[in-house]
Amino acid sequence: MTPLMASPLVEVRELSKTFDVSAPWLARVIERRAPQFVHAVDGVSFAIQRGQTLGLVGESGCGKSTVARLLVGLQTPTSGEVRLDGIDMTQAFASGQAGTLRRRLQMIFQDPYASLNPRWTVADIVAEPLVEHGLLSGRAALRERVAELLAAVGLSASDAAKLPHQFSGGQRQRISIARALASNPEFLVCDEPTSALDVSVQAQVLNLMQEIQQRHGLTYLFISHNLAVVRHVADQVGVMVLGRIVELADRRTLFSRPAHPYTRMLLDSIPDVAMSGRVRQPVQGDLPNPLQPPIGCSFHPRCPHANERCRVERPALQAIGGVQVACHAAEEGRLP
Amino acid sequence: MQPLLEVDRLCVEFTTRHGSLRALSEVSFGIAPGEVLGIVGESGAGKSLTGAAIIGLLQPPGRISGGRIVYDGQRIDTLPDEAMRRLRGRQIGSIFQDPMTALNPLLTIGQQLVETIRTHLPLSESEAVARAVSLLEETGISGAAQRLAQYPHQFSGGMRQRVVIALALAAGPRLLIADEPTTALDVSVQAQVIALLKQLCRDRGMAVMLVTHDMGVIAEACDRVAVMYAGRIVEIGPVRDVIHSPAHPYAIGLMGAIPSMSGERERLLQIDGAMPRLGEIPQGCAFHPRCPQAWARCRSERPELMPAGASRAACWLHDAGAPR
Amino acid sequence: MSQAASAPGTLRRFFAGDLWHSFTHSPTAMVAAAIAFICIISATFANVLAPHHPFDLATLELADSRLPPAWLPEGRATYLLGTDDQGRDILSALMYGARISLLVGFASVLVSMLVGVALGLLSGYVGGKTDGFLMRVCDVMLSFPAILVALLIDGIGRALFPQSHDALAYAVLILAISLTGWVPYARTVRGSAMVERQKEYVQAARVIGVAPLRIMRRHVLPNVMGPVMVLATLQVATAILIEATLSFLGVGVPPTSPSLGTLIRVGNDFLFSGEWWITVFPGAMLVLIALSVNLLGDWLRDALNPGSR
Repeated sequence: MTPLMASPLVEVRELSKTFDVSAPWLARVIERRAPQFVHAVDGVSFAIQRGQTLGLVGESGCGKSTVARLLVGLQTPTSGEVRLDGIDMTQAFASGQAGTLRRRLQMIFQDPYASLNPRWTVADIVAEPLVEHGLLSGRAALRERVAELLAAVGLSASDAAKLPHQFSGGQRQRISIARALASNPEFLVCDEPTSALDVSVQAQVLNLMQEIQQRHGLTYLFISHNLAVVRHVADQVGVMVLGRIVELADRRTLFSRPAHPYTRMLLDSIPDVAMSGRVRQPVQGDLPNPLQPPIGCSFHPRCPHANERCRVERPALQAIGGVQVACHAAEEGRLP
Repeated sequence: MQPLLEVDRLCVEFTTRHGSLRALSEVSFGIAPGEVLGIVGESGAGKSLTGAAIIGLLQPPGRISGGRIVYDGQRIDTLPDEAMRRLRGRQIGSIFQDPMTALNPLLTIGQQLVETIRTHLPLSESEAVARAVSLLEETGISGAAQRLAQYPHQFSGGMRQRVVIALALAAGPRLLIADEPTTALDVSVQAQVIALLKQLCRDRGMAVMLVTHDMGVIAEACDRVAVMYAGRIVEIGPVRDVIHSPAHPYAIGLMGAIPSMSGERERLLQIDGAMPRLGEIPQGCAFHPRCPQAWARCRSERPELMPAGASRAACWLHDAGAPR
Repeated sequence: MSQAASAPGTLRRFFAGDLWHSFTHSPTAMVAAAIAFICIISATFANVLAPHHPFDLATLELADSRLPPAWLPEGRATYLLGTDDQGRDILSALMYGARISLLVGFASVLVSMLVGVALGLLSGYVGGKTDGFLMRVCDVMLSFPAILVALLIDGIGRALFPQSHDALAYAVLILAISLTGWVPYARTVRGSAMVERQKEYVQAARVIGVAPLRIMRRHVLPNVMGPVMVLATLQVATAILIEATLSFLGVGVPPTSPSLGTLIRVGNDFLFSGEWWITVFPGAMLVLIALSVNLLGDWLRDALNPGSR
């Protein structure tokens, strides 16, 4: 880390989102039930430097998709701050003056079959950001730009007149990428962009995304449950459990010397394609229930190093040994 | 050892208004008792179809148009529906991808288990319940006796998949067909289920046909693996050999495309293009348009599986007369 | 940039598509379509195709009244289906009558569709309290039988405008039929809108910053119209039947331009004196139209439903 760093493009501080999943009012009154809340995102903080990729990993229910949605304005945070290049995004979205802001960020979704309107032609789909933000006008100019974008993702200009169902999953994902690039954004939020694709197609799309990142100096937030993919694309990696980041480190360190017990367990669970003969230690127990999160550290029911303090006190994300970890055992030096 | 299941030149076709489309073409393999065979391929390769054809659950307009399926010395692809129904469950068990829909949400786990057990085995109610409890314990569900009275929605995803496995094993089948059993599960739960499958296979001497697109699962769980492409098997062999030294260019590309967890980060190997759709499978070798090593013979003649190192690959490069 | 592909391309795609294929392979659908087509053409061009002008008093011959259909002993060839007590040719009256019925039927379906689709979109996309309120309105509307509502509106209309001229009477009638007819559209569209709202292409549009109304109109609407078309086809038959009922009861179209329902009522009086043709043929025509439209609607629903193939 250089002592004098440029300010990060994306800064998130104590971001939280709570969903009210209580039973309907009448039912609650009659059955005397308490209101129920899910802390989908609970005090998440991170920063992404320009041109870098932050990978967020975690299992289902950890809140990584919610973080993605909060960052692009699809959800409003319950509390916390999100800044893009210093601009407060929550305020901008709320005030309705978010036009210029929205041009600078875009999102790529997981399901290639649902992320394109089945009744629109590819040309209309890709040109939508241009039309919406008034960046270009005139059929000829739009057509040219669409052809340019399609070429940039490895499709041909003649594909512009076709409908989405005429394309395969990988090609549709490329169309999504072309749409995302239309307004020349700086920040791209990618929510499991390759999880629904076959391995060989995934390779194509990942290579493409990296090429584009290098060419345009894009910043990525890459969400995935697949650690191998994240290892391939990310510069920094954050591990989430039940709405909290438990470890935040640069890629090399996280994968070679994972600090948090959950990260270790996760890395250990990955099937070893290389078949190096490593003995895997499948973890006992199930994923925690987001409606009834454990008190204290959210991982303690499954953690081999849990002690009394872990059951009671929630660990804070601290810098320990060059990485950020939220673990009492790490803090107390109890981890092997 | 005499294979428990033998599939010989199986062909499956779909009749649509555009004509007849061949979804599986001359698929041949065998599974010995106690062996785990993995069938790996990308979407559209035909792996789920193979499982469906074997177990007799092909939906029309699909039908078996050629070849034979032989189970324990007896031909099963021509069996009448009733006989096939008895075979299913008793001799051949199956588990599918989505544990949410495999279980009836309106019946308790106990009811579903007992029903399955009593369908295939002549046991009394109490005997069936006892067997259900022991099955649940075998699949690693603690407090099995109490959990019999619970409904599927009260189980987590991984637990549900264990229940599904218990259901599949209820009548003591000798062959288990598992279609993407871990795909819908989280990584940590996946590891548990794979370990469970391997253990059950060992303890019961069951043969398992594991269909998946996840190479990692194959590496962990299988003894042998068959790689499918466009409805045909392009490579088959011991799992170590196929993964570490694949012989078929598609298998090579597939291995190279998987991001690895070790070593330096490099650009992923990319196979340009996409798997051909059913009606557009090219002449000769189905892979030749995307193959970096294709030559004249590949375009005209379709290769059969031929020896390539320790495995067999359907590729002319391994033929004696191939150009070096 | 045009939204749809060019017209020739769309047309070509349509005829090569599954829908047309399903149509040409379904004898019921083709026969029903043919019958409906004949009825619609004869109704639309009644003033050209009809052999007589039954509502032009100058052309009527009282001497020709109460003639039976042409194939019966006293019938005459020029009056193919017979005449009524005023000497009006039944066949021509049918064509003019069908014209009125179809007009009112299509118009009320159109109004119902516009109102229902708009409210359903709003309800499904916006959700929350708007949705709750609109659905309760639907529930209330559904608890009233269509005929009673129509009678009520009609009665109010007549009371408000006692010297109503024909145009107003039609407007009131169409309003009356549309008022209960919009609810199925609203519910269908609401369900589909709720599904589409969750889909990622809608979320992508929201990320881009497209305004909600625009998203509803340009993204969601095209994707929810399928079931609406099926419903509209089926509802045409219902609307025609409601109109016929109202006219039969005497509170529908003005008597100067009778619809099929009016004809049935008029003919009813002569049923017991043996002149059955005056009421039976309008009845048969009504059944034919309703049946063929219903069959078409059924075929369309099955053809658009991928699960039933």
